[in-house]
Amino acid sequence: MQAYLTLVRRELGACFVSLTGYVVIASVLLLLGFSFTDLLEKLSATPNHVPLTEIFYSTLYFWLILLLTAPVITMRSFAFEKFSGTYETLMTAPVSDLQVVLAKFSGALLFYALTWLPLTGCILVLRYYTNEPTVFDWRSLTSAYLGLLLIGALYMSMGCFASALTRSQILAAMNSFVLGLTLFLLSLRSLVPAPPVDWVAQVFNYLCLSDHMEDFVRGVVDTRHLVFYVTLTAFFLFLTLKAVESRRWK
Amino acid sequence: MTGEFIIEVSDLTKRYAGHTAVSGLTFAVGRGEVVGLLGPNGAGKTTTMRILSCYLPASSGVARVAGFDVFTQADEVRRRIGYMPEHNPLHLDMRVRDYLKFRARLKGLSWRRSRARVDAVMERCGLTEVGRRIIGHLSKGFRQRVGLADALVHEPELIILDEPTIGLDPHQIRAVRQLIKDLAQNHTVLISSHILSEVEMTCSRVLILHQGRILAADTTQNLQKIMSDGGMVVAEIAAPIADLRACWAQMAEVEHFDVAPAEGDYLRCALTPRTGVDLRPLVFAQVLTRGWVLRELTRTQHSLEDIFVHVTRSKPEEEEG
Repeated sequence: MQAYLTLVRRELGACFVSLTGYVVIASVLLLLGFSFTDLLEKLSATPNHVPLTEIFYSTLYFWLILLLTAPVITMRSFAFEKFSGTYETLMTAPVSDLQVVLAKFSGALLFYALTWLPLTGCILVLRYYTNEPTVFDWRSLTSAYLGLLLIGALYMSMGCFASALTRSQILAAMNSFVLGLTLFLLSLRSLVPAPPVDWVAQVFNYLCLSDHMEDFVRGVVDTRHLVFYVTLTAFFLFLTLKAVESRRWK
Repeated sequence: MTGEFIIEVSDLTKRYAGHTAVSGLTFAVGRGEVVGLLGPNGAGKTTTMRILSCYLPASSGVARVAGFDVFTQADEVRRRIGYMPEHNPLHLDMRVRDYLKFRARLKGLSWRRSRARVDAVMERCGLTEVGRRIIGHLSKGFRQRVGLADALVHEPELIILDEPTIGLDPHQIRAVRQLIKDLAQNHTVLISSHILSEVEMTCSRVLILHQGRILAADTTQNLQKIMSDGGMVVAEIAAPIADLRACWAQMAEVEHFDVAPAEGDYLRCALTPRTGVDLRPLVFAQVLTRGWVLRELTRTQHSLEDIFVHVTRSKPEEEEG
């Protein structure tokens, strides 16, 4: 446990001593700002009764942030350590492979969660100027954050997996971007031609990320979606663990 | 079995796809010894060390550290070794003190003990003044000390250093060697190097590795003794060249000789004796009876360099690198 916490702390620290962390935070802020003005325009144009978080989520910016930040946050996790050789000192310290994988993943996820914090600020600003108590509904906000965290966990685990496969950070980022983009495109039904076989269509339907997200932003926490995200995340973490262990198979 | 030897390796083999890095390695290192692994690049030194430090598994054979198997009891082994890999990789973005603290905590030291230990190793490795500096801004010599401090921080029973002085300038090399010598007083140390003088200076025992096999294993003195048996005697004598040649040709103990003019009237005679014979008294006796003038009489002491060349020469060397 001590080793795990030490590693998580180191992972988080690494995000803040390098420029990468600040660049990610700044880009997320920029995109959040865009989506915020977009949201304000929508709200002032037509009176709206859907929860604020849902309008927020329905813009393209949310997906843009997710698709772009995940590879950048996770690309260094394994690839950079392998490249610089510190992987050897890490793996000869008394820590298990599982601890390392979980620590890298948690560090990335925590950093991802931090980059989303300014969203709360946006909503507080809105509440302050509209004097509308319903705008700030903490229940729908919490469930939206939970959804954000879960989908983030899935994307971080994919990023960690991509990073564990290579020594090159660029390759890691590209791999994880392609993985994430594929999963995202599969959920855009208009882009993917309807598969002729019924069960394939069902699988595609089930993989639809936006379906799984919608309930969360409406303030509904459904166990089906929880299970979907948690199992997929666990699956990619399992793959990451195997990739880390694979050095023993050679 | 555990008390006497800290490293026991038997019939260790490591095969990578297409080539064998280490084959049939068997050796043991006792507690308190300082042992050098010597060999050209690609001899299998790093592979051996990686197996001992549980980074890579062996293809076959057994390796034990402090009685624990490196494959099945890796966690116990890792707790007991301090390993500094080749090129000494460090987190260059961290400060010296923070890095050592991080490593100490990672190796399972309690909060309080890690603080005390970090202070102690920083003092020992001469890092106290640079504790607040960022590792990436330090000179290579200091970085090497940080690597050493990291290897020492959890008070390991065995310290494994892979090429600890590579890429340093002579001053830094001297400083690092001195550190290693100090360590040797109360630790077991395994060092790899391809620099012979270094091993000669710091180690009490040497294993010479070539193409994944041990070619020679002995104390540095013994190895020198073995080689000095075949050592040449050089004598500079002022005498007619024909007399000298005749004299050496007559002596049964001289296997081979070579006479060449030196500066002045002197001739330089290089005499190779038959095995086990010390030629020096015989040469002196000859000089005395014939009334020659002798100004130098020495037996060449072989350095490890010669031993190394001697033992590796017999094998083809095309696969180095």
